[in-house]
Amino acid sequence: MVVNAEGIPIRTTLDNSTTVQYAGLLHQLTMKARSTVRDIDPQNDLTFLRIRSKKHEIMVAPDKEYLLIVIQNPCE
Amino acid sequence: MESMGHPEIYPLVLTTKTQEIFNCRIDEDVTDEQPHKLIKKQDILEDLHNRAAVSDFHPVKKLVQEYPGDELLLVYDKDFKYGLNFYLIGTEEGKENYLNPPEVPEEQEEYKEYIPEEVYAYKPPVSKPWVSLGSEKEIEEESVKGSTKQITYMISRKRSEFGAPIKFHDQNASSVKDAYIECTAYPDHIFTLKQLEKDVGMQVVPKMNDTSTQTRWTYPKNAATQYYPREFSEEEKESLEQSKTLSDFLNNVSISVEIALQQNEITNTFVDDWKYLAEEESTFGDKTDTHLKEYQSFTDLHSPTEKMITCVSWHPTIYGLIVVSVAVRLSFEDRVHFSDKLLLQPSLILFWSFSDPIHPQLMLESPEDIFCFQFCPSDPNIIAGGCINGQVVMWDITAHADRIENIKAGGSRSKKVTLKPMFLLEPDSNKEAMYIRHCAVSSIENGHKKVITDIHWLSDHFEIKLSKGETSLDHCPTKISLNEDHILYKTQDKVLAQSKAMKAGEVNPYHNLEGGMGNHLKPIDDFCTKFFVGTEEGEVIYTDWKMERDPETGRLMTKKPVSLYTVHDGAVHTVQRSPFYNDIILTIGGWNVAIWKENVMTGPLLQSCCAPKRYTSGHWSLTRPGVFYIGREDGYVDIWDLLEKTHEPTLSQNICITMITYIKPWTFSPKQQFLAIADYYGTLHILEIPWTLSHPSSSEVLSVNYYFEREVKHLEYVEQRKLIREQEKKEMELETEQKKVKTYHKSKEQMEAELKMDYENYLELERTILISLGLIKVSEKISYMDL
Repeated sequence: MVVNAEGIPIRTTLDNSTTVQYAGLLHQLTMKARSTVRDIDPQNDLTFLRIRSKKHEIMVAPDKEYLLIVIQNPCE
Repeated sequence: MESMGHPEIYPLVLTTKTQEIFNCRIDEDVTDEQPHKLIKKQDILEDLHNRAAVSDFHPVKKLVQEYPGDELLLVYDKDFKYGLNFYLIGTEEGKENYLNPPEVPEEQEEYKEYIPEEVYAYKPPVSKPWVSLGSEKEIEEESVKGSTKQITYMISRKRSEFGAPIKFHDQNASSVKDAYIECTAYPDHIFTLKQLEKDVGMQVVPKMNDTSTQTRWTYPKNAATQYYPREFSEEEKESLEQSKTLSDFLNNVSISVEIALQQNEITNTFVDDWKYLAEEESTFGDKTDTHLKEYQSFTDLHSPTEKMITCVSWHPTIYGLIVVSVAVRLSFEDRVHFSDKLLLQPSLILFWSFSDPIHPQLMLESPEDIFCFQFCPSDPNIIAGGCINGQVVMWDITAHADRIENIKAGGSRSKKVTLKPMFLLEPDSNKEAMYIRHCAVSSIENGHKKVITDIHWLSDHFEIKLSKGETSLDHCPTKISLNEDHILYKTQDKVLAQSKAMKAGEVNPYHNLEGGMGNHLKPIDDFCTKFFVGTEEGEVIYTDWKMERDPETGRLMTKKPVSLYTVHDGAVHTVQRSPFYNDIILTIGGWNVAIWKENVMTGPLLQSCCAPKRYTSGHWSLTRPGVFYIGREDGYVDIWDLLEKTHEPTLSQNICITMITYIKPWTFSPKQQFLAIADYYGTLHILEIPWTLSHPSSSEVLSVNYYFEREVKHLEYVEQRKLIREQEKKEMELETEQKKVKTYHKSKEQMEAELKMDYENYLELERTILISLGLIKVSEKISYMDL
């Protein structure tokens, strides 16, 4: 799903409630991750965020204005 | 020199030179007779002066100088009495003594002769003047003398004052001047010590204050927050989608996302290889031990008639408690015949505990023999049972729950291993094991008419209304809801007599049930209301409870069954869902076993071939997904393992001598799993399941799942093959027909030629036979031919 900089979903393939939940939570997490990376080294920036859980893997690609969130079921 | 006791003797050594000087040469001047010589003091002093240290008189120089007299006596000591050859007598007295020795030696000589010639004349001792030897000094020192002069006082008084009574009174010393002299204490600075260092112990005690406050909530107010997420409207979304920034972003980002996605597809980086390398955990017990071990067995010894066990259940929470329903072992006709006797005996459900194999812990009474029962899953103190006559009975044992929970102690029960005869035991057993009556019974008029063969508790989100229309029908399932508990139970009938099986195409499937119908069911936990029914005829029906409205009559009708299969050769007695998969069902009946998958309508996944003996009971294993246990009518237990062999049982073990009526496994711990087997003679055997049968391998669930999927695919393949085969068959028929048609088109001339050939061959054959028989002569034949 494609989310804007404030966490509002723009385009999605999942149902609405799930989308909204993912968008809100992952937006906050991405902000936190980005601030973490920049605190350690101000020249650095977050390019990709992957969260792997037991059931699937969540991938977040951040940008200045938008956020692309992909949820994948890994091969096993 | 004084050591010898003669202080005036001074031994001397005189050399020959000295002897010459003083004219005391040995054996000339000084002989034995006259050993002494008087020497002048002056001469000795001269010698001393002349010869100084060399002089022999040097040691006694001082003595000689102090000698009062003029002449010293020098004595020759021939016998060396004093150690040296001469000695000098240092005192005048000694000289005198020597020169004039007393008569003592003479007396001593007289005594030595021992001749008492003279009478001893007693001479009184003559007092001699005391010679001071220095002892008076000591005595004077030691003696006590008065040191002070003693004063004498003389006190006188008037005689009249003597003996008068005297009165004493006190007087303060300080009141009289100079009555006393005191020596007051004063701090003398000379003697005071200033302590410069001191060891002191200290303890810190925290200051604690207890305070409390209370706020006052003057205006209680309920406050709540509700939020909803911000969302874009459709137009906004579209406009954003069209924007260039979004497309740029997506282009940039998609590359990395694709890489990440592909990575995940290629390999799983988080696999723990070690974990998957180990296949089996360390096994508990012998790996090769695959047999069931007998653990315990229970028999009711108190009942007078022979009984069989109809249903077995483990108590869901208490360890070691198993519940058994017993019924009288008689066929239907015998029951009717003996019905008067049977009325007197209570029908029971017995609670057995591992700790006491002789006496049951609790006995639940019921009006009729129970054929099946179940514990309520949410409250293990409620038990519902179905009777032989169609009644449904319920018990509530909450009051006695503590009795059965404390069974493990065993101490509270006195284990009277009695030798008393049976009739004496009765009152004891009544004390120990109570009969508990049922608390709810379904009414006979509204209930079922036939034996209740299976009973299940439904989870409480089912609510079904009781409608009169249903109960008026003779053979339909009755659903009763108990409002307090929201527990429903549903039972179904079994009709013994009617054996005509109605076809699946009948309108009302529950009328279908009139003819030889249903027993065991399997309800479903989620909202699907379909279930499996096994019938007495060996059919397996998959149908639905839900009522639907019949479009014609407008009544609520039950649905048609979805599928019906006649798979088993005898009555189906077990229909059971696998505890691991929601949609796999095991049905056992007659002489074989079938496994079904719920939505696969083409047939059973697995159907075993006919077994040598009839199967009478069965159950899935609780821990291994591919294992199930089947009991046979000759007392053997067949253990099937789908991963090992699917055409025959993996293990067959003899348990008892009669038909096994019920099997129920139960897990108490990962290491201990029991199998309860009930037989026709009323004995309940508890067997321990070995490790290999109870412990699944690591991927067993998956493997068995694969197996079932393969079977499903196989079935599909078979279906497809059927179609293909039909097609092929059609084609084959066409071909054969075509071939037949072809044969007809053969030309007539050919056929005639063939016929002629055949005829000529036949003539030849005839002739040769006649010749060989001798009926026609050869010459005649030739002449015949010539002609």
